[in-house]
Amino acid sequence: MDTFFQLLLSGIAQGCVYGLVAIGFVLIYKATEMVNFAQGDIMMLGAFITITLINHLDWNYFLAVVTAIGAMGLFGLALERVLLRRMIGESPFAVLMVTIGLGFVLRSVAGMIWGHDSQSILTPYTDLPPLRFGEVVFPVADVVVVGATVVLCGLTFLFFRYTRFGVAMQATSQNQLAASYVGISVKRVVGVSWALAAAFAAIAGILLLPLKSAYPHVGLVLGIKAFAAAIVGGFGSLPGAMIGGLAIGLVEIFTKYWIDDIVQFSVSETSVYILLLLMLIVRPSGIFTSMQRKKV
Amino acid sequence: MIAAEPLLEVHNIETYYGLIAGVRGVSLEVPEGSIVTILGANGAGKTTVLKTICGAMVPNKGSVRFAGQDIAGRDPDRITRLGIAHVPEGREVFPFLTTEENLKMGAFTCNSSTVKTEIYRIYEYFPMLKEHRKLAAGYLSGGQQQMLAVGRALMLRPKLMLLDEPSLGLSPKLVHSISEVIESINQDQGVTVLLVEQNAQMALNIADYGYILDNGRVVMEDSTTRLSKTADVQEFYLGKKAISVRGKRRWKQRKTWR
Ligand SMILES: Nc1ncnc2c1ncn2[C@@H]1O[C@H](COP(=O)(O)OP(=O)(O)OP(=O)(O)O)[C@@H](O)[C@H]1O
Ligand SMILES: [Mg+2]
Repeated sequence: MDTFFQLLLSGIAQGCVYGLVAIGFVLIYKATEMVNFAQGDIMMLGAFITITLINHLDWNYFLAVVTAIGAMGLFGLALERVLLRRMIGESPFAVLMVTIGLGFVLRSVAGMIWGHDSQSILTPYTDLPPLRFGEVVFPVADVVVVGATVVLCGLTFLFFRYTRFGVAMQATSQNQLAASYVGISVKRVVGVSWALAAAFAAIAGILLLPLKSAYPHVGLVLGIKAFAAAIVGGFGSLPGAMIGGLAIGLVEIFTKYWIDDIVQFSVSETSVYILLLLMLIVRPSGIFTSMQRKKV
Repeated sequence: MIAAEPLLEVHNIETYYGLIAGVRGVSLEVPEGSIVTILGANGAGKTTVLKTICGAMVPNKGSVRFAGQDIAGRDPDRITRLGIAHVPEGREVFPFLTTEENLKMGAFTCNSSTVKTEIYRIYEYFPMLKEHRKLAAGYLSGGQQQMLAVGRALMLRPKLMLLDEPSLGLSPKLVHSISEVIESINQDQGVTVLLVEQNAQMALNIADYGYILDNGRVVMEDSTTRLSKTADVQEFYLGKKAISVRGKRRWKQRKTWR
């Protein structure tokens, strides 16, 4: 039973990371109907920037984290401005190729700059003793991931629900033409969506670092799993993306622990994709489908 | 006083959908404080004219001047900020936002301190919106969505309001109340109105001046008093021929009141 709770927590922690990256997929999709397949690689970049600031430039952890998140937000804004804005009106396939190509570029550039070895950071919570509840032991790194994600989701909810610009972003995803008629700058909404998506990915990368170290390809597989999480969540809903991430994190860890040992090979790696296929068969529109198709 | 420049001046615009001409050389003027209507058959180019004015489409030729500035080709959100509100064809509301959030979005570019009082003003015009203020706009009936689209445009406190077939699909009673609202915003708040309508009778009743569009061109323009007396208008552009004898008789009666 103790292992159950420990697995539960670490599945949730891993799921939070998937969920944060998945939220980026959904943000960009809702604003532009594009799918950004470089989302995982943007996460990797955020992680490496943090590593550089802390390990090589000796920055304070919190300062480095805030700077890396801000820098990645600007990076997302710039990506949209110089690369994706040109793709408006192109076929979805062309856009897909551009974002896949972007992923390749980011991975190889990261390899050139940071090398191909795994790297990690020391955080202020690295040396804290794990939390104990009776026999159950919770690693602090997992607890931090979950706590940070809860806070972030709360802030995101408040932003979209109560700020004028947040509601305007919802409005734009529901009816772009009407949004521009009421005076919302669609270009700005798209830019902010990219900035937020990149910042979420960076946060995911920073939270992931103490759990798993970073290497240039870390975002590739993780990005695919986050993409699966977004699909499980309906690909149009931010809470759905988070829940999809949690579902994938949990399925992965429990199959790893319970099934891999028995059948003597790694089912857990494929379990995510099996879950994805099941979702597509049972509920093609995902669990949290954001209702109907939007008007253009 | 020198004759004032019209608030909106469209000069010889040509707007294309790819290779298809939506509008081929339309000029029109909307004097400040007036209600001007554009009539015409389906596909005449009325919507295209409004889309060109509001910035959703860029004209290949010609100019659009608003309050002394050339605005053709600017992004729609920038044109909205100048005080041009647009009620587009076919109730383009935000379906998953509540009625009240939709209205608030209408004032997106405005100072937030006045939004509350504005919303109450809209609720006075359209009490049914107040009843459904917490309901997602997608669940409103078609006519209610149309009211919402008009209310949302009013939230801007516009100088000029573009209305694209606001009466479409409304019951006669609602058509009447929409036309009353348009008259009242024009008279009480001095909002200038450019009204596109299929319901020619309603439009000719409330407008001061009218343009008749056919096949992307202006084929007739005159004061509405004279337009409604023109036999051609009745026959060809308002489809009076197709209407029953009773309709025709009513039309004749109305002509004699003027
Ligand atoms: N999206 C489009 N793509 C291609 N052609 C279009 C498009 N929209 C309109 N057109 C063409 O432009 C012309 C003018 O259309 P417009 O929508 O302005 O007409 P309208 O007067 O508003 O008609 P209605 O009364 O039916 O709304 C039409 O002949 C139509 O074929
Ligand atoms: Mg039309």
